[in-house]
Amino acid sequence: MKGTGVNMNYSTLQLVLFFGVVVLGTQLTRVLPFLVFPENKEIPKYIKYLADILPFTIIGMLVVYCLKDVSFIQPPHALPEAVSILVITLLHLWKKNTLLSIGGGALLYMLLVQYIFT
Amino acid sequence: MNAQRAALKAAFPHTIPVLTGYLVLGAAYGILMNSKGFSLFWILLASIFIYAGSMQFVTVSLLAAGFDLMGAFLMTLAVNARHLFYGISLLKQYRGFGKLKPYLIFSLTDETFSIVCSAGIPEQVDRKWFYFFISLLNHSYWITGSLIGGVLGSLLDFNTKGIDFVLTALFVVILINQWQSTKNHLPAIIGIVSAIVCRFLFGASNFIIPSMIMILTLVTVARSPMERSNEV
Repeated sequence: MKGTGVNMNYSTLQLVLFFGVVVLGTQLTRVLPFLVFPENKEIPKYIKYLADILPFTIIGMLVVYCLKDVSFIQPPHALPEAVSILVITLLHLWKKNTLLSIGGGALLYMLLVQYIFT
Repeated sequence: MNAQRAALKAAFPHTIPVLTGYLVLGAAYGILMNSKGFSLFWILLASIFIYAGSMQFVTVSLLAAGFDLMGAFLMTLAVNARHLFYGISLLKQYRGFGKLKPYLIFSLTDETFSIVCSAGIPEQVDRKWFYFFISLLNHSYWITGSLIGGVLGSLLDFNTKGIDFVLTALFVVILINQWQSTKNHLPAIIGIVSAIVCRFLFGASNFIIPSMIMILTLVTVARSPMERSNEV
């Protein structure tokens, strides 16, 4: 009998190599900035500027990244996402309670996609 | 010892949204790997050492497509390129952290980064231990989730549809907090607009690297006016 899953088609050595390469690539993206700018060297002014400014740009990028598969054209036309994000924003501006805003927003979204926009 | 306990206590509440998101997404990964015939050993290995949600899901489709080490390596760099921005942003913040630093770097994810760069730390709490526990707790949620998924497999069949929105909500709230913490909204606007523009130009699966390039370009062009206003 031939194996049923992806795993069955590969030898253990192949899997070790494959996962090794993915681990290496992933960790490289994490460690590279710290290797290029080690602690005993002065960080260039431009990089310091980036370090100050990037966090404020990345979070916006991550929000878009989370919503990347949402379609305006196909139903439900991004409505669950739009409504939930609006409610999160209002709730957070009003109560300033991080866990309430996140929990309330996620719960609302689940209700919307499970019961309203099914 | 007390310093560490205080740091853990201060760190935990910040990780609660990630706890929910990682347990569920981790379980989804475990279920997927289980359905492809992988044992707990591989699930555990991937979740401990790759520890990058979207990459781990991509790994499964890469393996299904055939054995191509070079292709897998390049794909990994592309999917995880956004980590480069996290490292650059944390160069100063993680300085002088000694033996904890390698782990802090090794366990950087979208969610850990977003908490580390935005959480207010009480004055008496040791920063490096605070960051360490944020990182360790998030990492352990991910591992636990994927193990639960791997063990229970498809038995886990309650309706969790939409629960991953908890991570979207986390980023939205952090965005609001950041927005209110500064008068200079240009960086946030650059990030959002670049990502939206590139999402429409390059499609859902290929827009992060173009977004990063666009962000770098715009931020570089805006450098002197922003440094002059000195409100960052």
